[in-house]
Amino acid sequence: MAIATTVLAEGGFHAPSIMEFFPPAVLFEGTPFEMNRIMIIRVIAALALCAVFAIGARRLKLVPSRGQSVMEMTLDFVRVSIAEDSMGKKMAERFLPLITTIFFMVLALNITGIIPFLNIAGSSVVGVPLLLALIVYFSYHIEGIRELGLFGYLKNALVLPGVPLPLQFLMVPIEALTKFVIQPFTLTLRLLCNMIVGHLLLVLCFSATWFFFFDASLGFKFFGIITIAGGFFVTLLEILIALLQAYVFALLAAVYIRQAASAEH
Amino acid sequence: MTPMLIAAEETPNPLIPAVYDIFWSAVVFIVIFLVFWKMVLPAFKKTLDERAERIQGGIEKAEKVQAEADAALQEYQKQLADGRAEAARMRAEAQEEGAQIIAEMKQRAADEAERITAQAKVQIEAERQAAMVSLRGEVGSLATDLAGRIVGETLTDDARAANVVDRFISDLEKQTPAAAAKEN
Repeated sequence: MAIATTVLAEGGFHAPSIMEFFPPAVLFEGTPFEMNRIMIIRVIAALALCAVFAIGARRLKLVPSRGQSVMEMTLDFVRVSIAEDSMGKKMAERFLPLITTIFFMVLALNITGIIPFLNIAGSSVVGVPLLLALIVYFSYHIEGIRELGLFGYLKNALVLPGVPLPLQFLMVPIEALTKFVIQPFTLTLRLLCNMIVGHLLLVLCFSATWFFFFDASLGFKFFGIITIAGGFFVTLLEILIALLQAYVFALLAAVYIRQAASAEH
Repeated sequence: MTPMLIAAEETPNPLIPAVYDIFWSAVVFIVIFLVFWKMVLPAFKKTLDERAERIQGGIEKAEKVQAEADAALQEYQKQLADGRAEAARMRAEAQEEGAQIIAEMKQRAADEAERITAQAKVQIEAERQAAMVSLRGEVGSLATDLAGRIVGETLTDDARAANVVDRFISDLEKQTPAAAAKEN
C-alpha cells in the first residue's frame, strides 16, 4: 500500500530506495520511543505471535486439536531439530526459551514482509537483527566463561588443538576475530540483507508493474505481466527466506553457544 | 519535498541503528521472550509430559491386563488338566469298584448255590433215610407176608424176618448206585 501511494504521488516510475526502511514517524516523533510504520508492524507481529501461542497454551489438551498439533509440531521442531540436535538435551533445556524466542520472533517479523497491508518485514531495519545478534553474542561468551572459566574459555575459543605452534600465531588472531567480531556481524548482516533485498525486490516488481500498467505506453503493458509474475515468484521466495532465516538464526545461536561452552572442539 | 530530496539530504546508514529502532526491538524481544519462557513453553512441556505419562500408563496397563489374562489362561488350563486327571482317576476307581462288586456278587452267588446244593443234599439224604425206613418197614412186612403166603408158613419169627429184609435192602442198595451210574 505504501508503495502504491508513493508511486501514485510521484507519478512515473520511481525506483525503491533505502528510504523505504525509514518511513516518517507516526508517534512520539523525536523521542527514543518514536514509532514509524515499521515499529508499529513489529509490535503488531509480536502481539499476534504472543496471542496465538498464549491462547494455544491456555487451551492445551491431551488429545490435541489440529491447531494445537501444528503449534506442538513447530515448537518440537525448534526444540529437537534446532536446540537438542546442536546443543544436546541438557544444554538445550536451559537455552530453549532463548532459542525458541529467536526463532519465532525472527519468523514473525520476517513474514510481515509478505502480509498484505503490512508489506514490510519488521526485521528489515537493523535494530532487530543487531539486538538478537548481541543477545546471542553475550549469551555464548557468558555461557563459555561460566562453563570453562575465563582463561579456559579463551583458550578453548582461540587455540585450536593439534595445530603446530607457528601456525597458532596465525590461527589465534583469526579465531579471535571470528569469535568476537565476525560471528555477531554476520548474524546481523545475513538477516538484515536478506530482508532488505527481499523487500526491495518486491517493491521493484510491483512498482514496475504499476508503472507498466498505468503509466507506460500501450506497447509496454505486456511487461507488466512479466513483472507481476516476478512479484508473485518473489513473494513465494520471501516466504521460504523468512522461514529459512529464522531457522538459520536460531540454529547458529544454538551452535555458537554450544561451541563456546564445550571443551572438545 | 519529495522522497528523492530527503534521500539526497540525509540518507541514513542502514547499519547504524536509531535509538527508537533498538528500543522497539528490545520491547518486542522482551515481550515475546517472557511469553514463551513463562507461559508457552512450560504449558506445552506439561502437556507433552502428561501425554507421555498417559501413554506410558496405558501401555503399562495393557501389559498388566495381558499378564493377568495369561495367568488366568494358565490357571484355567491347569484346572482343566486337573479335572481331566480327576475324571480319569474316578473312572478307573469306578471300574475297579465295579469289578470288585461283580466278583463279590459272583462269590456270593457261588456260595449261595453251594449252600442250596448242600441243603438239598442234606434234605435228599434225610428223605432218602425216611424213605428207607418206611420202605424197610412196609417192604419187609409186605415181603414176609407174601413170602409166608407162598411158603405157606408164617414168618413170625421177627428176628429172622428182619434178617431177610435187611439182606434184601442191602442188595438193593448195592444195585442202586450201579443203576444210577448207568443212568448217568
